[in-house]
Amino acid sequence: MPNTALQASGLVKWFGEGEAKTMALKQVSVEAEFGEMVYIVGPSGSGKTTLLSVLSGILRPNEGKVFVEGIDIWGLNSDQLADFRLGKIGFVFQDFHLFPRLTTAENAAIPLILKKKDWNEAIDEAKKYLDIVGLKSRADLPPVKLSGGEQQRVAIARALSSQPDILIMDEPTASLDGDTGHEILSFVHNNVLNKDRCIIVVTHDDRINEFATRILNMVDGKLSGAEGKPA
Amino acid sequence: MKGILKLAYKLLVNDTAKFTAMLVGITFAVFLMMFVTAMFSGVLKHASSTIINVGASVWVMDPAVNTVSNSVGMPDYVLDAVRSMHGVKYAVPLYSGGALVKLADGTYQSVTVIGLDDTSLFGRPELVEGKIEDIYAENGFIVVKDAEFSKLENPHIGSELELNDNRSVIVGIAKVPTSGLYGIPTLYTTYERAIQYIPNPRYTTSYVLVEPKSPSDTPQIKKQVEALGYRARTKEEFMQRTADFFVYQTGGGTNMLIMTLISFIVGLSLSGQTFYTFILENLERFGALKAIGTKSRELVGMILFQATFTALTGYGLGVGLCAFLVWLAKKRLPSYAAMITYSNLGIALGMVVVIAAVSSYVGVRRVLRIEPFDIFRG
Repeated sequence: MPNTALQASGLVKWFGEGEAKTMALKQVSVEAEFGEMVYIVGPSGSGKTTLLSVLSGILRPNEGKVFVEGIDIWGLNSDQLADFRLGKIGFVFQDFHLFPRLTTAENAAIPLILKKKDWNEAIDEAKKYLDIVGLKSRADLPPVKLSGGEQQRVAIARALSSQPDILIMDEPTASLDGDTGHEILSFVHNNVLNKDRCIIVVTHDDRINEFATRILNMVDGKLSGAEGKPA
Repeated sequence: MKGILKLAYKLLVNDTAKFTAMLVGITFAVFLMMFVTAMFSGVLKHASSTIINVGASVWVMDPAVNTVSNSVGMPDYVLDAVRSMHGVKYAVPLYSGGALVKLADGTYQSVTVIGLDDTSLFGRPELVEGKIEDIYAENGFIVVKDAEFSKLENPHIGSELELNDNRSVIVGIAKVPTSGLYGIPTLYTTYERAIQYIPNPRYTTSYVLVEPKSPSDTPQIKKQVEALGYRARTKEEFMQRTADFFVYQTGGGTNMLIMTLISFIVGLSLSGQTFYTFILENLERFGALKAIGTKSRELVGMILFQATFTALTGYGLGVGLCAFLVWLAKKRLPSYAAMITYSNLGIALGMVVVIAAVSSYVGVRRVLRIEPFDIFRG
C-alpha cells in the first residue's frame, strides 16, 4: 500500500452565483499519509466541512483534483463514487445520525449490509466492532438508551465496520462534554489509528489537539502553513 | 438488495406509532372502498335475480324496461311473432308481477309472482319439496325457500294462502340461485293462473323468453325483434341494463363513487401524510446512508418497499375485515346483499397502489434531493 492516503490539489469550491457567490475553498491543496491523524481546525465558516466533504467524495469541487490511493475520485461516476465511499471511507458524523429504531448492533452493521453481507453475519461482525469500542454488552439496545459518548462510540463502530482506509470525523466532540470528548479521541488515537489508516478530523475543540499528528489551520477558505503537506 | 430491504422493513415496522397510523389509514380506506363496492355489487346481483333464476338466453321486452321487476306488458301477438322468427328454436311467455298475501294475523305481505309458460314451465326453479307437475293442481303455487320465506309464516306443502283474495295452495318448495333485491317472498305458478289471480292491464305478457337455434342466431333475432318495435336482450345484456339503471339512474352509482372517492382520499391523506412525516423524520439518516455509500436507486428501492409493504398489508387487513363483516352480517341476515367480487378487490387494489405510489413518490423526491453534504453541514 502506498504511504500517501490522500492527495488533493488546487481545490476550488464556491456556492451560489452572481452577487450571492461565496468562495468556500480557494486553491486548497492537502496531503495525508497512512498512520496520520490530521486535524483541520479553524473558525466557523472557514470551509472546514466543505473541504472534508470534497475530500471524502461527497461534494464535487468546481476545480481541482482529489486522489485517494491514486484514484481520481472525482473522475468516478455516481455509482462508482458511492462504492468508493462505502469501501474506502468511514464517516463519523457530528450528530451521529444513528437510526433510533434499530439496535446498536444493527446500526453498526449498516455498512456491511450495504456491502450485501448476509444480515446475521453482518450483525455478528458488527458486534466485534462494538466490542472494540467497548459496547458489546449494549448490542441489543436502541441508541436512545445510550449516553452521548456511547452513541459516538457506536458511530465509530459503524464507521470501522467497513474497514475503511480513511476515517472522516466531523466535529466528533461537538455533541459531547469535555471529558467524554477527550476520552473518545484518546480511544480513536490509541485503538483506531494504525499504519494502514488515515484519520481526518474536523474540529474547533483545542482540548483534543494532543492526539493530532498534524494540525492544519483553515481560514477563509485557505489552509495556512505548509499547504497541508505532511512534515 | 435483500439486506437493504430488511433494513427498510425494520426502519418501518420498528416505528410502531407511524406504521400503525399508516396501516390504520390504508386498512380503513380499503375497508370502506370494499364495503361500498361490495354492497353495490350485491345490490346489482340481487336486482337481476329473476334473470339469473329463470336463466333464459334471450329476453324480449318493451324498450322502456329498465329492470326485470319493472316489466311493461306486451300484446300476445309479440309471442306469436317471435316464435315465427328465423333462428328461434322456441319462445315462451313469462309473467312477472306483484301481489298481496293476507297472513293469518290479518296483515298483508307483498310477494313477487312469476308465471311460467303453462306448456313448458320454462324457467322453473329447482324443487326441494314436492313435484313440479303439482303446479297444475287447482290453485297450485310453489314458494321459494330463501331469506324471505319466513315472511309468509314458513308455509309447507298444503298450506293455504289468500293471494289477492284468491285461494292459493302451496304445492312445492323451491330453491333458487339468487334471492331478490326487495326483501319480499317469491311464488311461482303457471302463466295462466298468474294473469288470472293478479289484476292486469290490457297486455299481460311481461317477457318472451327465447332460445335461439344457435348463439350465432341471436343478432338476427335481435334485429327482427327491433323491427317489431320491441327489444331482445341476451341474459348478460339484460343484467347489464339493470346494473346501468341502478348505477346511472338511481343515484346509487353516484353515491358509491362518492363514498369510494372519500375512502380513497381519507386513505391517501392519512397514509400519505404519515409516510411523508416518516420520511421527513428519517431524512437526515437517509442522507447519512447516502454519504456512507448507499446508491440512489437503493434508497428508492427502500422507500418503494416500505410504501408497498404498508399498502399491501393494509390492503390485506382491509379486505379481511370487510370479508369478516360481510360473513358476520350474512350469518345474521341471510338476505344481506353485499358481495365481494374480483372487481371489488381489483378496484380497492388499484386505489391502494395509487396511495402507495403517491406516498412513495413524495418520499422519493425528498430523499433524492437530500445531499450528503447537508448532513455534514447539520
